[in-house]
Amino acid sequence: MNLKTLLAATALGALMAAPALAQQISVKAGVLNDRSGIYADLSGEGSVIAARLAVEDFKAAEKGIKVEIVSADHQNKPDVGSTITRQWYDQDGVDLILDVPTSSVALAVSQITKDKNKILINSGAGTSDLTGKACSPNTVHWTYDTYALAQGTGGAMVKAGGDSWFFLTADYAFGHSLERDTSAVVTKAGGKVVGAVRTPFPGTDFSSFLLQAQASKAKVIGLANAGGDLTNSVKQASEFGITQGGQKLAGLLTFASDVHALGLQAAQGLVLTESFYWDRDDGTRAFSERFAKLNGGKKPTMVQAGVYSGLLHYLKAVEAAKSKDSAVVMAKMKEMPTDDPLFGKGSIRVNGRKMHSMYLYEVKKPSESKGPWDYYKQIAVLSGEEAFQPLAETGCPLVK
Amino acid sequence: MFELLGVPPQALFGQVLLGLINGSFYAILSLGLAVIFGLLNIINFAHGAQYMMGAFVAWMCLNYLGVNYWAALLLAPIVVGATGIVIERVFLARIAKYDHLYGLLLTFGLALIIQGLFRNYYGSSGLPYGIPPQLTGGHNLGFMFLPTYRGWVVVASLVICLATWFMIEKTKLGAYLRAATENPTLTQAFGINVPLLVTLTYGFGVALAAFAGVLAAPIYAVNPNMGADLIIVVFAVVVIGGMGSIMGAIVTGFSLGLIEGLTKVFYPEASSTVIFIIMVLVLLVKPAGLFGRTA
Repeated sequence: MNLKTLLAATALGALMAAPALAQQISVKAGVLNDRSGIYADLSGEGSVIAARLAVEDFKAAEKGIKVEIVSADHQNKPDVGSTITRQWYDQDGVDLILDVPTSSVALAVSQITKDKNKILINSGAGTSDLTGKACSPNTVHWTYDTYALAQGTGGAMVKAGGDSWFFLTADYAFGHSLERDTSAVVTKAGGKVVGAVRTPFPGTDFSSFLLQAQASKAKVIGLANAGGDLTNSVKQASEFGITQGGQKLAGLLTFASDVHALGLQAAQGLVLTESFYWDRDDGTRAFSERFAKLNGGKKPTMVQAGVYSGLLHYLKAVEAAKSKDSAVVMAKMKEMPTDDPLFGKGSIRVNGRKMHSMYLYEVKKPSESKGPWDYYKQIAVLSGEEAFQPLAETGCPLVK
Repeated sequence: MFELLGVPPQALFGQVLLGLINGSFYAILSLGLAVIFGLLNIINFAHGAQYMMGAFVAWMCLNYLGVNYWAALLLAPIVVGATGIVIERVFLARIAKYDHLYGLLLTFGLALIIQGLFRNYYGSSGLPYGIPPQLTGGHNLGFMFLPTYRGWVVVASLVICLATWFMIEKTKLGAYLRAATENPTLTQAFGINVPLLVTLTYGFGVALAAFAGVLAAPIYAVNPNMGADLIIVVFAVVVIGGMGSIMGAIVTGFSLGLIEGLTKVFYPEASSTVIFIIMVLVLLVKPAGLFGRTA
């Protein structure tokens, strides 16, 4: 085919497609997360699967919305994440970015999203700064944050008598933010923080830091880290007889995938806070079963569930607004209540904080577990208002 | 009670001991690298992946075959060493006559492929592997609680390191090996099968990595990236000790573990970089490394 006929054919095609395009909105969603490093199992390909399920359940095609999903690996590096984000927004026509674990990357992506006036629905990152001093009109923080984790796990531990704390803190934005938020909860409840050590991220051997924690005689050792760092420190704490010595471990951010990696023998008794657990009710179980079939039998983590829930709400907002203009869609998302089987009913605050209940779980003993992935027993439920930071205290400039 | 820079001496003893324990991993891994480099002139970037394979083979032995830790300690190095022999015969032997860089690139590529395959099948968050029942628990040394397993790690790696050194420097087999490195043509003329020696040496170096992997399985998370995180540090250890120096690798491995351990007490934020700072200093003052011979 020569160039002339090719051009003619293209023009003809465009002409014929034009009426259909006028009614159809096409959305391009980018799932940006860790696909090869320590957070790959809790986000990674599972988050892409969750996004696809959201499109499927929304029945996007029937509603005249065409959704395309792309994905990339940010390697937990802010520079890599920023480059991909810019390319997606500037060249590839991506409308919104989902997931983005690793707080340092999330903060960078949130800033670029604001500059380019697109939308970021963050599920994977923890730092409460995303809806605090670094909040953005273009960012929604969906699944959890360090403030809520601190309220849940921190509050529960102090109530149970753990009134002196020592922190093992992953030395980057997320760890710092988690340590700060948990310290505030502990001090407010009448406890005290006796010390902290900043551990290089990612780390392998935590025994040296654990001995420092042991020597501090604190009643609770707060693990302000995640993923491989967390599993290594829990494993080594049991090896060095720290839990047997009477000190308690608080895994401030523990995912179901971490417990799976540790095994119940090492993880039993850990108290943790999550916003989603696959075995909570019929709705979560049904979703998790579908998900597990597509993900090699692995149940979804709360981060993956959050990607599903966030994209579903975004698509509902696009449908209601009949537009994909960022400002219009964002206004609609904040105006409409959120509702899905995974997180129940909720809402999005003006600072971008998605509100829903948080659940306090304890990891079962091996004898209590009925099989693989049967890991948690529920201890308490915190309503969104109890779990998340009061608007006035966030320091977010969007709150007036 | 006196204090040293604000740290009580008991805590310090504990940290020194911990540093030695971590040093034993550095020592045994850098020893494998030094053996391979010293005798084959290959910079084996797949070493970290082979260490990881050792841990995974131990896990597979337990979960698929019901084979316990002790058998795995013997079995995993043999299995992984055998894959090393295949790699040497199929790939490395063909590029032996070219520049170092080709071997480095080849093994680096292999490492990425091996890690990717394991990640694909087993995910990145790791697999549980318990401490063998004979070595659980620990002893209270007064200044610290020493888990029995960590004690075993130090002893096992010291024995293996010294045995390797003895074999290469003091036995007839070691003499053949060294001769084959110095002058392969002449050695072959004396009726010694040099290619076979080279293949077995690579297999042995790889087996050392796998042995370290099995030692690590009960205390570190068994995951596909466990080697990638460690290998860069181990390379720094080899460079500091002097490329190809057997004793250098052992001594530097243990002492850098010690220095890193102490950094974790005095300035934890720098503990992941201190080894590289030392590497820069050593390269400035003694470019061939502390124990290296300048050619």
